[in-house]
Amino acid sequence: MIEIVWLCLVAIMIAGYVVLDGFDLGAGIIHLFVARTEQERQRVLRSIGPVWDGNEVWLLAGGGTLYFAFPALYAAAFSGFYLALMMVLWLLILRGIAIELRSHIESPLWRPFWDLIFGGSSAVLALLYGAALGNVVRGVPLDSDGFFFIPLWTNLQPFSEVGIVDWYTLLIGAAAFAALALHGSYWVALKTEGDLQERSLQFASRLWWAVVVLTVIITIVSFRMQPNILKEFSAYKWGYVFPLLAFAGLAGMRFWSAREADLTAFLSSCLYLIGMLTSAVFGLFPYVLPSNSSLDAGLTVTNAAAAEYGLYIGLAWWIPGMALALLYSVFVYRHFRGKVA
Amino acid sequence: MDSALAVHRLHFAFTITFHYLFPQLTMGLALLIVILKTLALQTANDHYNQAARFWVKIFAINFAMGVVTGIPMEFQFGTNWARFSKDAGGVIGQTLAMEGVYSFFLESTFLGLFVYGEKRLSPKLHWVSAFLVFVGSWLSGFFIIATDAWMQHPVGYKLGPNNQFVLDRFSDLILNPWTLWQYLHNMTAAVVTGSFVMASIGAFYLLTGRFIEHARIFVRVGVIAGTAAMILMLFPTGDGQGRMVADHQPVTLAAMEGLFDTSAGAPIVLVGQPDTDNLKLDNPIVVPKALSFLTYRRWEAEVKGLNDFPRDQWPDNIPLLYYSYHVMVGLGTLLIALTFMCAWSLWRGRLYGNCALLWALMLALPFPYIATTAGWMTAELGRQPWLIYGVMRTSQGFSSRVSAGNGLFTLIGFMGLYLLLGILFLFLVHREIDHGPAREAAVPEPGGAQ
Repeated sequence: MIEIVWLCLVAIMIAGYVVLDGFDLGAGIIHLFVARTEQERQRVLRSIGPVWDGNEVWLLAGGGTLYFAFPALYAAAFSGFYLALMMVLWLLILRGIAIELRSHIESPLWRPFWDLIFGGSSAVLALLYGAALGNVVRGVPLDSDGFFFIPLWTNLQPFSEVGIVDWYTLLIGAAAFAALALHGSYWVALKTEGDLQERSLQFASRLWWAVVVLTVIITIVSFRMQPNILKEFSAYKWGYVFPLLAFAGLAGMRFWSAREADLTAFLSSCLYLIGMLTSAVFGLFPYVLPSNSSLDAGLTVTNAAAAEYGLYIGLAWWIPGMALALLYSVFVYRHFRGKVA
Repeated sequence: MDSALAVHRLHFAFTITFHYLFPQLTMGLALLIVILKTLALQTANDHYNQAARFWVKIFAINFAMGVVTGIPMEFQFGTNWARFSKDAGGVIGQTLAMEGVYSFFLESTFLGLFVYGEKRLSPKLHWVSAFLVFVGSWLSGFFIIATDAWMQHPVGYKLGPNNQFVLDRFSDLILNPWTLWQYLHNMTAAVVTGSFVMASIGAFYLLTGRFIEHARIFVRVGVIAGTAAMILMLFPTGDGQGRMVADHQPVTLAAMEGLFDTSAGAPIVLVGQPDTDNLKLDNPIVVPKALSFLTYRRWEAEVKGLNDFPRDQWPDNIPLLYYSYHVMVGLGTLLIALTFMCAWSLWRGRLYGNCALLWALMLALPFPYIATTAGWMTAELGRQPWLIYGVMRTSQGFSSRVSAGNGLFTLIGFMGLYLLLGILFLFLVHREIDHGPAREAAVPEPGGAQ
C-alpha cells in the first residue's frame, strides 16, 4: 500500500517537473522562431530567468525521490538507458550554461551562438524525454536480475532487439516536442506583450493542431504497443478520468486562447500534460518498467520498491519538505508575476 | 583502463573532482558574503556593499558551474553504479532525496533574489536572501557528507532479502558520528578556500595598486576568516576525522601513513616513498613517536602496520592514497604558516604594505583547491577496496550491463565538455577580476538588466 502512495508522489514530482521545466524548455524551442530582435530574445529569457533553475530542481528532487522509493527501478532504468541519459546530461549542462552566460558579453558572435545552443538543446531534450517515456511504455528486455542495456538504435523497429530510438519512441518524442513547444508558446504569450505575444499565439494555434493529431495517433498506437493499458482501463473504469483530463486540457487551450485568457490557456496546457502522464502511469500499473518479452519479468510497484520502514520514514520528511518547497515556489512566482518589460 | 570497473571508477572520479572545484568556493564564499553584508548593515560603510557585490558576481559564475556539473553526480549513481544503487538505494536514497527536497529548492529560490534582487529588496531582505542561500548550500553539503559517511562507516541498516541494505534506524543514518567530523572538516575547508580566494584577489589588487579600499577589505576579511578556519581545520576537525579513520579503518590509516610494520611509538612520516613491492618506505624523514601520540594520545602506543592486515583488505592504490594524504597535510601546514604570518602582520598594521606576504597570499590561490581535492582523494581511495566499507566491494557495485566501451565514450564526452566549461569559466572570472569591484556593477541577469 505504501508503495502505491510513493508511486503517486513520484508521479506528482515528475508531473511537476514536466509542467514547470516544460514551459522553459518550450520557450527555448520556440524563441528562435518567435523572438526576432535582440530585445525580444531578452524578453523570452527574462520570462524564465528567475524560475528556470528552480524548475529544474524538480528533476533532481524527483530523481532523488525515485531513487529512494524505487531503487531497483532507478538502477535499472538509468543504467539501461545509459547513452540517452548521458546525452540528456550534456544537453542540460549546455542549456544551463547558455541561459546563464548569454548576457555576460554583448557581442554579435557571443549572443546568437548561445541562442542557438539554448534553442537546440531545448528541442533535443524535449524529444529525448518523449522517447524515454515511449521506451517505458513499450517495455525493455529486462534480465533475471532486473537489469537491461539497450543501444541508441538498432533497426528502428519496436520489436525484439530494441534500441532507445525506434519509430514508436520517435513518435512519442515528436508528440512531447510539439506539446512542450505549445506549452512554451502559451507561457511566452502569458508573460509578454506586443508582436512577441502575437507571434507566440499564432505559433500556438498551429502547434495545437499538431498536438491534437499526434495525441490521437499515439493513443491508438500505444494501446496496441502495450496490451497492459487496455487491460488496466477495462478493469478499472474510473481510470478514464486521466485521459479525460488530457482531453479537457486540449479543449481548454483552444477555447481560452481564442478568448485571450492567456493564463487559463496556459493552465489548460498544464492539465493536458498532467493528463497524458497520469494516463501512462495508470495504464502501465502495476508495472513501473514493463518487460517487452514476458510480462512476469517486468518491474512492478512492489518488486522495485524500497523496504517499508524507510518508505514510512520518508513520508515524515517528504511532506513537510515539499510543503516548504511549494511555499518557495508560490513566493517566487508571485514575486515575478505579470508581464516582463 | 580496458576493464569496465576501471572506466566506471574514473568516470565518477573525474566528474566529481571537476564538480567539487565549484561548490567548495561557493559554500565558503556564501559565509563570507553574509559576513560582508552584515558589516555593511552595521557600519553603513558602502565599501562593504561594493565588496559584497563583486563577490556575488564571482559567486554567481561559480554557482552556475556547480549546478550544471552537479546534475550528473546524482544521475551517475544509477547510470554507472546500478548494482550499488539497487542494493543500497533504500538507505542512501534517503539522504540524497532529502538534499533535493530540503536544499535545492531553498537554494534555487533565493539565489535569484540574492544575485539579481539587490535593487528590488530592502537591505535587510537582501541580507536574508544571502543568509538563506548560505543555509541551503551548507545543508546540501550535509546531506552529501551524510551519504558518503554511510559508505565510509555504514550504520543504521540491516541486510534484507537478496543482500539488499534495508534502513533500520533513520536517526543512526542522520547522526552517524563519521558524518559529524567529516562535515565539520569539509566545511571549514570550504571556508579556507573561500578565504584564500578572497585574500588572494585582494593581494593582487594591492600589488597592482587598484581598488585599494576594497582590496584591504578582501585581505582583512580573508585573512581573519582564513586563520580561524585553518585552526579549526587542524583541531578539532582534522584530529576528529583522523581518529575516526584510526578507529574504523585502521588499515587505511596504516596505508595513509606508509606504515608497513606494526610498531610501538610509531613515527609520522614527513617525506618518503612507499614501495609496495618490497613493503618498505624509501628515504624517510620522520617525527618519531608522533603517530602513536596523535592517534592514541600515548607516545608508546602500538599502531598496527599494513603487514598485519590481510592483503585483500588493503586499499588498492596505496601510493596514490599515501601521496594524496601527504599533499593535503603538507599544503595544510604551509597554509597555516602563511595565515599566521599574515594575521600577525595584519594585527601590527603592516600587512597592506608587506610586499613579500602579499605576493605569497596571491600565489597561494591554488593551494586550498589542491589540498581539498587531495583530502577527498584520501577519503575515497582510503575507502577502497570497499564501496560500502566492510560490506560491499567496489567491484560488486558498478553497472555490469554498461560496457567499458560505452563508459569510455561518455567519459571522453565529459572530458571534452568540461574542458570547454573550464575555459569559459576562467575567461569569465578573469573578466570580472579585471573589471573589479566597480560602483555600478551588477550581475547580468538572463535576458539582461531590466
